[in-house]
Amino acid sequence: MPKITYITSENETHTIDVDNGLTVMEGAVQNDIPGIDADCGGGMACATCHVYVTEDWFDKLPKKEDGEEDMLDMAYEPKKNSRLSCQIVVSDELDGLKVNIPSKQG
Amino acid sequence: MIKTDALIIGAGPTGLFTAHQLKLIGLNCEIVDNLDKIGGQCIELYPDKPIYDIPAVPECTGEELTKNLINQLKPFDIKFHLSERVEEVKKDDVNWIVKTNNGKIFSTPNVIIAGGVGSFEPRKFPVKECEKFENKSVFYSVNDKKIFEGKTVAIFGGGDSALDWAVELSKNSKVNLIHRREEFRGAQATVNKVHALVKEGKINLFTKYQMTSVKGNGLLESIDIKNDDEEKKNIKVDYVLGFFGLIMQLGPIANWGLNLNKKTIEVDTEKFETNQKGIYAVGDICSYPGKLRLILSGFHEGALAARACFKLARPNEKYRFEFTTTSTSLLKRLGKKE
Repeated sequence: MPKITYITSENETHTIDVDNGLTVMEGAVQNDIPGIDADCGGGMACATCHVYVTEDWFDKLPKKEDGEEDMLDMAYEPKKNSRLSCQIVVSDELDGLKVNIPSKQG
Repeated sequence: MIKTDALIIGAGPTGLFTAHQLKLIGLNCEIVDNLDKIGGQCIELYPDKPIYDIPAVPECTGEELTKNLINQLKPFDIKFHLSERVEEVKKDDVNWIVKTNNGKIFSTPNVIIAGGVGSFEPRKFPVKECEKFENKSVFYSVNDKKIFEGKTVAIFGGGDSALDWAVELSKNSKVNLIHRREEFRGAQATVNKVHALVKEGKINLFTKYQMTSVKGNGLLESIDIKNDDEEKKNIKVDYVLGFFGLIMQLGPIANWGLNLNKKTIEVDTEKFETNQKGIYAVGDICSYPGKLRLILSGFHEGALAARACFKLARPNEKYRFEFTTTSTSLLKRLGKKE
């Protein structure tokens, strides 16, 4: 099972086994990782599952779909490496993915 | 003070159908919502997105679903209190006393919270010092556009609100439009208009920039913005407007003595009642083992909560289960029979 590492804004590291097919957001919510709210439940409608993907991983992820960049306009402190974690689907290729959680979601 | 059999907090699909169920069984109700329109998340978050899992409705958008639910309420007289946020819920001897931010007071034996994921509030600038200037020089909506006349304004955002106000205010103010990327998500016609105004020198456009600080002593004097390549700029401004959409906050609900589980309210699955007698939670905001965050679940929860309300609203009457296909009294309430 792929391991996904979530790093909180306080630098706490949580490494979780996440099933293939789940999203990075679901991995966080199901394991009570603090800082990912996912208010809309994965509908790409709220920007409260915003994460920063570490540089070395960012380009390896499948590209953003149209609506994701629009939603990121509303995220809290978006950066170049911002993604919505509900749009990143876990697969074996993502084993070892590291994401940083912003200090707030809004 | 407004007396009612049940007060519904939230005018989303669940709140609307719950109102239908209450009126159908002969109870009256009123609905409060923080938004200025009916529809909740359906209208605010995804009015144009199709929904495919409403039973017997193969496909409809959030806006269509809302319209249909409002239509279904037509036979009934239901008072909506929009743009009002419930601040306080307290018990007197018998009833719940509910106060809104506009000073309205309701007295009711039943409060049904159909609040989605809380109330919608504008998203604010991450820059902490903005709070000091909020509602003086930093705004998240426009109440009176006259205050900007002849002034310099910085508008942040890339959606329709930011673009519409940039176009509008450029007539009488010096407008700086600042957005985190080059693409705008507003209507193409407005985007074109903005670019034309930029060419004419009526709007200063800064793309790939975000705010890093606000400066001023009492009065706002300037802001610092920074782009992706860490280049900084200082802009002299009198006013700042931020349009980053809305976010859902649990808000005052957290203070009503209810058992909470993260951002949701724990309920039983018979009446969808919370740990407080006469306060129910239905739709996305409630949690119980097996809870599904689907609109159809909200309809079921609202129907049961409405029946539970009957007991407290009509303690001396007995509730009778009836079908709309056959019951004369229900058909009368629906306006289908004299």
